[in-house]
Amino acid sequence: MLELLTVTAGYDRRAPVFRDVSLSVAPGEAVGLLGPSGCGKSTLARVAALLHRPDAGALHLDGTPVRHWRHRAPRALRTAFGVVFQQPRLAADPRLTLADLVAEPLRATGRRDEAAGRVAELAAGVGLTADLLTRRPHEVSDGQLQRACLARALVLRPRWLVCDEMTAMLDASTTAALVRVVEDYRAGTGAGLLAVGHDRVLLDRWCDRTVDWASLNSPAEH
Amino acid sequence: MVMADAAVEKTGTAWRAAGGDRRSTRTLRLRTSAALLTVTVLAVLLVPPLVQLDQQAVDLAAKLRAPDWAHPFGTDDVGRDLLLRCVYGLRVSLLVGVAAALTATVVGTAVGAAAGAFGGWVDRGVMRVVDALSSVPHLLMGIFIVAMFRPGVWPVVASVALTHWLSTARIVRAEVLSLRARPHIDAAVSGGASRWRVTVRHLLPGVLPQAALAAVLMVPHAMWHESALSFLGLGLPTHTASLGNLIQEARGSLLAGQWWPTLFPGLFIIVPTLAVAGLAGAWRERINPRRRSELML
Repeated sequence: MLELLTVTAGYDRRAPVFRDVSLSVAPGEAVGLLGPSGCGKSTLARVAALLHRPDAGALHLDGTPVRHWRHRAPRALRTAFGVVFQQPRLAADPRLTLADLVAEPLRATGRRDEAAGRVAELAAGVGLTADLLTRRPHEVSDGQLQRACLARALVLRPRWLVCDEMTAMLDASTTAALVRVVEDYRAGTGAGLLAVGHDRVLLDRWCDRTVDWASLNSPAEH
Repeated sequence: MVMADAAVEKTGTAWRAAGGDRRSTRTLRLRTSAALLTVTVLAVLLVPPLVQLDQQAVDLAAKLRAPDWAHPFGTDDVGRDLLLRCVYGLRVSLLVGVAAALTATVVGTAVGAAAGAFGGWVDRGVMRVVDALSSVPHLLMGIFIVAMFRPGVWPVVASVALTHWLSTARIVRAEVLSLRARPHIDAAVSGGASRWRVTVRHLLPGVLPQAALAAVLMVPHAMWHESALSFLGLGLPTHTASLGNLIQEARGSLLAGQWWPTLFPGLFIIVPTLAVAGLAGAWRERINPRRRSELML
């Protein structure tokens, strides 16, 4: 169970982006989060994925409160989340080939030996050819790069997936392909999903439950 | 219609011509800088081993000769050949400059990357120390450092390096901070990368071009500092030919109307400085064309 309890977060303590937001995702559940631009849904996704420390509130993971974020969080906890970001261009280190990009989490966690096999398996899953894997981010399209970013998010077999506007930059067929990859992975592993977006039609079809940002909180007064 | 076409053609031509001029000016600057620097470095590397002449050879009968064919740069007040002295002096100054710039860049990059990568209290603490050290005039602190050791090349290198890593630390920290906020760093953190791995694999490679540029621009700066310290009699021992020492020794003769013992060592400081600045400017334009207008050198 992933539970966010009355979380207040932002980039300036005096003016948080949002206050007292609560949201929970059950194991194996797919929750869609809908909201207008700039409401703080990406920040909430970063808090949930242990990438941004909230100013107040609690995050409970399977009943245990999380006390540390980013590098301070234990590695096993951090890698329990697979995160896919909105803009693949910014989410990929420009110097790494797509194969290195996908293998990077395995190398960072000392599982270099598994890299070759795992990359080949995931590349086939997300539809990346061997030729594309040897290219660098500037040599592939947004859609191809986002496929690699999704493969990277899945490479450590996370228990939770956080997709922050994963398909906002993509065309319909790529969107369908990536959503299918996520759903196949979830069907195989029983991972929970938090999908953030502003496309109600997509989230309604993709997720078990769609929640509106407005129903979660009392927005911060300015 | 015809008039419009003519106007387009005209502005197009004018624009192309202007662009062409600019490009050729830039190429000229690049080529001149490269040529000057090559000649300087070759002279410094090749002349001492190839030319079997003693730069310390004293010839009191030929003291303070104006430039002529036998001594193209003239002679100093004890009759030593100034061309040879300048080449040897530049050799020492360049060694000090390169060694000090490299050391300063390594120290500055390490400190700046640490401050940027850790952030929070570490960042604030380290940068306040950097601010405090920057507030002391470099030359004053450099004098303090050389004064602690016996005169020699390495105390001068240490003195220049330890006062010049501050600006590199600032540049590297700023670059690291801007890179750190990018989602690919979030992705690395989420992928289980340690702080060390994030810094070394994802942040540092991104700041290396800036750090390398800072290092190159620091070489002439370090040479000036070496010359300033030597001129004040605090740098290299007086028997070592360095550009600062040469100018310092020649001060007296300048008042007597002998211009060559100060002019040529001075030119040996100025020419490599301009050449390095020209090359660094071209490089900076190449790695970041948008900052072309900010180019100060």
